[in-house]
Amino acid sequence: MLSDALKREIESHIHEPEHRAAACTEALRIVQRERGWIDDESIRDIAEFLTMTPHELDGVATFFNLIHRRPVGRNVIRICSSVSCWVLGYDKLRDALQKKLEIKPGQTTADQRFTLIPNQCLGCCDHGPALMVNGDLHRDVDPDRLDDVLNRYA
Amino acid sequence: MAIIYIDGKPLETQDGQNLLEACIELGLNVPYFCWHPALGSVGACRQCAVKQYRDENDKQGRLVMSCMTLVTDGMRISVDESESKDFRANIIDWMMTNHPHDCPVCDEGGECHLQDMTLMTGHNYRTYRFKKKTYVNQNLGPFINHEMNRCIQCYRCVRYYKDYAGGHDLDAFASHNHVYFGRHEDGVLESEFSGNLVEVCPTGVFTDKTLKEHFTRRWDYTTAPSVCVHCALGCNITPGERYGKLRRIRNRYNRSVNGYFLCDRGRYGYEFVNSDKRPKAPLKRQMIDGKPVHVPMTRDEALSEIGKFFSNGSKAIGIGSPRASLEANFALRALVGAENFYLGLSKADGKLLSAVLEIVLSGPARQPSLGELKDHDAVLILGEDMTNVAPIAALNIRQSVNNQPRANAKAMGIPEWNDLPVRRAMDTDRGPLFIASVAPTRLDDVATQTFHATPDGIASLGFAIANFIDPQSPAANVSGEVRALAQQIATALQSAQKPLVVSGPSCRSEAVIQAAANIAWALCRKAKPAGIYFAAPESNSVGLGLFGGANIENAAEALRKGGADTLVVLENDLYRRVPAALVDELLSLAKHVLVVDHQYSATAQKAEYVLPGATFAEGDGTLVNNIGRAQRMMQVFNPEGEITESWRWLRRLRAASGKGREDEWISFDSFLHALVAEIPAFSHILDAAPTAAFRVGGLKIPRQSHRYSGRTAMKANVAVSETGVTADPDSPMSFSMEGFSMMTPAALMSSFWTPGWNSAQSITRFQEEVNGPLEGGDPGVRLIEPQPDSAVPYFDAVETNESHDAAWTALPLYHIYGSEELSASSPAVAELSPKPYAMLHSDDARARGLLDGDAVTVKIDGQEISTSLKTNDTMARGVVCLPAGLEDAPYIEFPAAAEILRSVTS
Repeated sequence: MLSDALKREIESHIHEPEHRAAACTEALRIVQRERGWIDDESIRDIAEFLTMTPHELDGVATFFNLIHRRPVGRNVIRICSSVSCWVLGYDKLRDALQKKLEIKPGQTTADQRFTLIPNQCLGCCDHGPALMVNGDLHRDVDPDRLDDVLNRYA
Repeated sequence: MAIIYIDGKPLETQDGQNLLEACIELGLNVPYFCWHPALGSVGACRQCAVKQYRDENDKQGRLVMSCMTLVTDGMRISVDESESKDFRANIIDWMMTNHPHDCPVCDEGGECHLQDMTLMTGHNYRTYRFKKKTYVNQNLGPFINHEMNRCIQCYRCVRYYKDYAGGHDLDAFASHNHVYFGRHEDGVLESEFSGNLVEVCPTGVFTDKTLKEHFTRRWDYTTAPSVCVHCALGCNITPGERYGKLRRIRNRYNRSVNGYFLCDRGRYGYEFVNSDKRPKAPLKRQMIDGKPVHVPMTRDEALSEIGKFFSNGSKAIGIGSPRASLEANFALRALVGAENFYLGLSKADGKLLSAVLEIVLSGPARQPSLGELKDHDAVLILGEDMTNVAPIAALNIRQSVNNQPRANAKAMGIPEWNDLPVRRAMDTDRGPLFIASVAPTRLDDVATQTFHATPDGIASLGFAIANFIDPQSPAANVSGEVRALAQQIATALQSAQKPLVVSGPSCRSEAVIQAAANIAWALCRKAKPAGIYFAAPESNSVGLGLFGGANIENAAEALRKGGADTLVVLENDLYRRVPAALVDELLSLAKHVLVVDHQYSATAQKAEYVLPGATFAEGDGTLVNNIGRAQRMMQVFNPEGEITESWRWLRRLRAASGKGREDEWISFDSFLHALVAEIPAFSHILDAAPTAAFRVGGLKIPRQSHRYSGRTAMKANVAVSETGVTADPDSPMSFSMEGFSMMTPAALMSSFWTPGWNSAQSITRFQEEVNGPLEGGDPGVRLIEPQPDSAVPYFDAVETNESHDAAWTALPLYHIYGSEELSASSPAVAELSPKPYAMLHSDDARARGLLDGDAVTVKIDGQEISTSLKTNDTMARGVVCLPAGLEDAPYIEFPAAAEILRSVTS
C-alpha cells in the first residue's frame, strides 16, 4: 500500500495526465527513499498508481542500479569498476573492501551495516580509485586507510 | 526508382526503402537480427553493417547500418568489403559470448536464424574463453517454453509483443550484459498472439511448448499447405507430421490473409487431430450386455450395409456443416439430393448468416481481405469482440489505429520503416477506432471510444451513425448522448481516407448486422471507399451459406412428416447447435442415423453408424473464409485405419447405393468440376490451387524436405523392407522427398527454404518485395465482390425497447480458448478455457443483492445452470452474459430470457 503522502509526492511529478508512467523513475526513487528498497508489492502498487503493468515498471526498476530490488544494508557502498579506476587500483580497493567487510559484491554484511555494489563510473576518473557511500563520494581512496572512510558510517 | 551501386554493380531499388530491404529484395545475403518485415528497423543489433562511399572516388568509406539507411539514387555501398565483413563477424562473436552452444538439444536447431547468421558471417570458432551467464527461466504457460540463456538481446520479442500485439506482460529487464526478457513473475502470457514469439525470436529463447511433447526437427516433417479451421478467417498454416502424429502448426505467409502471424488458438488447437477418442474405423452400434456399444466394421461391410439406405426409391435427409469443406457438403448434397440437403445450422444461425450474405452479395461496400484490414484509417466495430471471435482480424485492426497518427511522422520526414522515431512521433495518438459491444473487448485499450449496450442499443447507434452520414438512411430513435456519439463516429468515418465497418453475428442480432451495412453503404454513397467486414462463426460458414438451404429445424420437420428413413449428419455435433430435446427427437425419428465425422461427438456417440472422417491435416478440401475467399487445403499425411475425407466416404456410399457409378468422381479434380457445374457460385474455386496433373519439370512437389531422415528405417519395427510411397491422385504433391521443390506455385508452398536460410526468416526470399505477395501471387480466390452501383435500399431502423422488465436477456460471450469445438479438445487450449460463469453489470447485481463470486442459478427455457457470478462495471445493463460453446455446457439459444437466482447452498 502506498500512503497518501507518498501518492501525493508521486503525483507532483506527473505533468501530463496521459503520461502518468513518465513519473515511474521518480516514484521508484521516492518509495525507495522511504523503504530502503523496492519489493514486489511496491512494484505492483506503484504500477497500479501510474496505470502501468508490474511487468513494465519492473523493467524500469531493474534497469537502474540505483534502484534496489533486494534488501540492502544501512549504508550502500558503490565501488567504481570502470576502466579509469581499474587502471588506478580498483582491484586492490575491491579486495580490501571484501576482506574487511567479509562480503562479495552484491552482498550485505551480517550486521546489516554495509552493502557492496560495483558501479560503472562515478564521474571522477582523475581521482580514482573512487567509491561512494550513500550520497558521499570518496576519491583517491587508499585501500590501506579504508577505516577512515568506513568508520564514518554506523 | 533509385539506382544504387552495390560493390560496383548498378542495381534497381524502390524509393523510400532502407538499404537492408533493398539488399533482401536483390537476394543479397546481408545478415540481420533486430529487423523484421512486420516490425521495421530499430538499428539495435548492429549486425547489418555495410560500407557506404561518398562517391566513386571515395576508397575509404564508412560503416552504416543498412536497416537504418534510406536508399538514395546513386548511392554507393559495399557488402563484400573486408572491414564491414569483419565488423559483422565481430558482432556475432560478441553475441555468442553468452549463447550456449546447445544447438543439438535446442528446439530451434535447424531452423534458427542465429545459426544461419553465424554461418553467413563466417564466425566458425569461438574466441570467448570465460564462463557464460546463466539465467533462471520462467513458466510462461502451456504455449511457450522459455530458455533465456540463448538470448542475444535483439529486442524483437518485446517489440512484437508490446508494440505490435499490444501485450503488457512481457518486457525487458535489467541492463547491459544481463538484460532479461520475460515477465515480472512466472505466469501465462496474456496475449492471444503469444505463439508468434516462437517465429519472431531469431533463436531458441521462445519455443513451442506443445511441440516439445513430440519434438521433430524441421527437415523431418511431412508438410503441405493448409488452412486453419479454428475460426472463419482462413489463416494459412503449415502443419507438420511425423510418425502419424501431427506435431505442430507454423505460420504460412499470405499477404492477403494472415501475413506473418497466427493466433494461439490456430497455432495450438491442432492436437485434437491426435486424439485417441477419434473413430478410426467405421463403427456400428450394437447392444452388448444390454448397453449400446460402437463396434468397428470393415470398409466393405460398412459400404454394403449403409449403401442400401441410399438406393433408389429410398429417401435420406442430409445435414451439412459449417466446419466441413465445400467438397464434403457437396458430396452429401449429391448423395441425398439437393431437396433433402439441410445446412447444419439452427434457424437463428442461418438467419444471421443469410443477413450477412445478402449484404455482401448485393451491396456496394467491398469486403477487404484480412491482410487489408491493416490499411484502414478509421474503424467502427459494431457488436463484436474480434479478439475472441476473429483473432487475427483483431491483431490487424490493432495495426490500423496507427495509420492516422503515422501521418505525424510522415510530415516530419521520418521513413515508415524507422520504427522508434515513428512511434515517438505518434506518441499516444491512436485511432480513430470505435467499439460498440455488449461487454468490454480486448481491443478497448486502443479504442477512441467504447459504447456498451444491448444489441438493440448497438443497432440503434449504428442506424443513427448511418443517418448522420446519409439522411436517406433511416433514423433511429436515440437519446441525446447516443446521438452525440453517433455524430462523432459519423464525422470520424467521413473524414477518413479508408473507413471500415466491422460487425458479425456475436450479438445474435440481425439489426446490428443491418445497421453496419447501412453505415458502410451510406459512406459508399457519399463516395467514400468504405469497407465492410463481417466475422463469421466457423471455418466454412460462408461456403455453406453460399450453397443455400434450409436449417436443422426444417430437417426435423421433414423427418416428422415421414418418408425419410435415414439421417446423415456430416461433421457436425448437433448438440452444439440446437436444443438437446430437438436433437434427441431428430435422432429418434430417423430409422438409421449415420454420422460422418472426425470427432466422436455427442451426436456421433448416439449414431447407429459412424464413418471416420479426415481432419484438415488428413484430407484435401476447400474452405471459404468469412469474406468469401476460397482456399485449398492439401492433405498433409495419410491417416491411420480407415480415416479418409468425408467427401470420399459419401462418394463411396453414392457408388455403393447404385446412384453413382463406381468410376464417377474418381479424382478430386473431376469431383470439383462436378461441384462447380452444379453450383456456379463456386466456379472460381478451381483457381484456388493447381490441378493434380500439375508438374514442375515433369515432377510432383515433394511434401518432405530433401534432408528428410530415416525413411528407410523409420518403420523398421513393423517391417524391415522400406514401405512404398502412397500415391496421391488428388493433388500435385507427393508423400515423399522425391520431386521438384523449387519454382513451386505459392498455393503449393508449405515449407520455405533456400540455401543459407533455414528459419522463418526465409520467407523474405519468396516474396515479390518485402511485405509483398508471394512470388506468383498469394493463393486463394475471392468469390464475393461488391456491386459498386447497387441501388439496394437501406435497412429499416429497429424499434428499441429500452424497458427493463423482470427477465434478463442472456447473451453469449465468445472465448478464444474454449468456445470453438475442435481446439477445445487440444490440451494446451483446454488448459486456458474459462470456467463457466454468468456476468452482470455490477449495479444490476447489487440491485439484486448479488456480489462477484456468488453462486447463482441461471434459468433459461426451463434449464437451470448453476454457475458463479462475475460482475463488470461497464457492460450493458439488463443483460447476463454467459460463455459460449464451452465443453459440457448445455446448449442455449441466444438471445434468451433468463432468470437469475442465488443458489441455495446446502
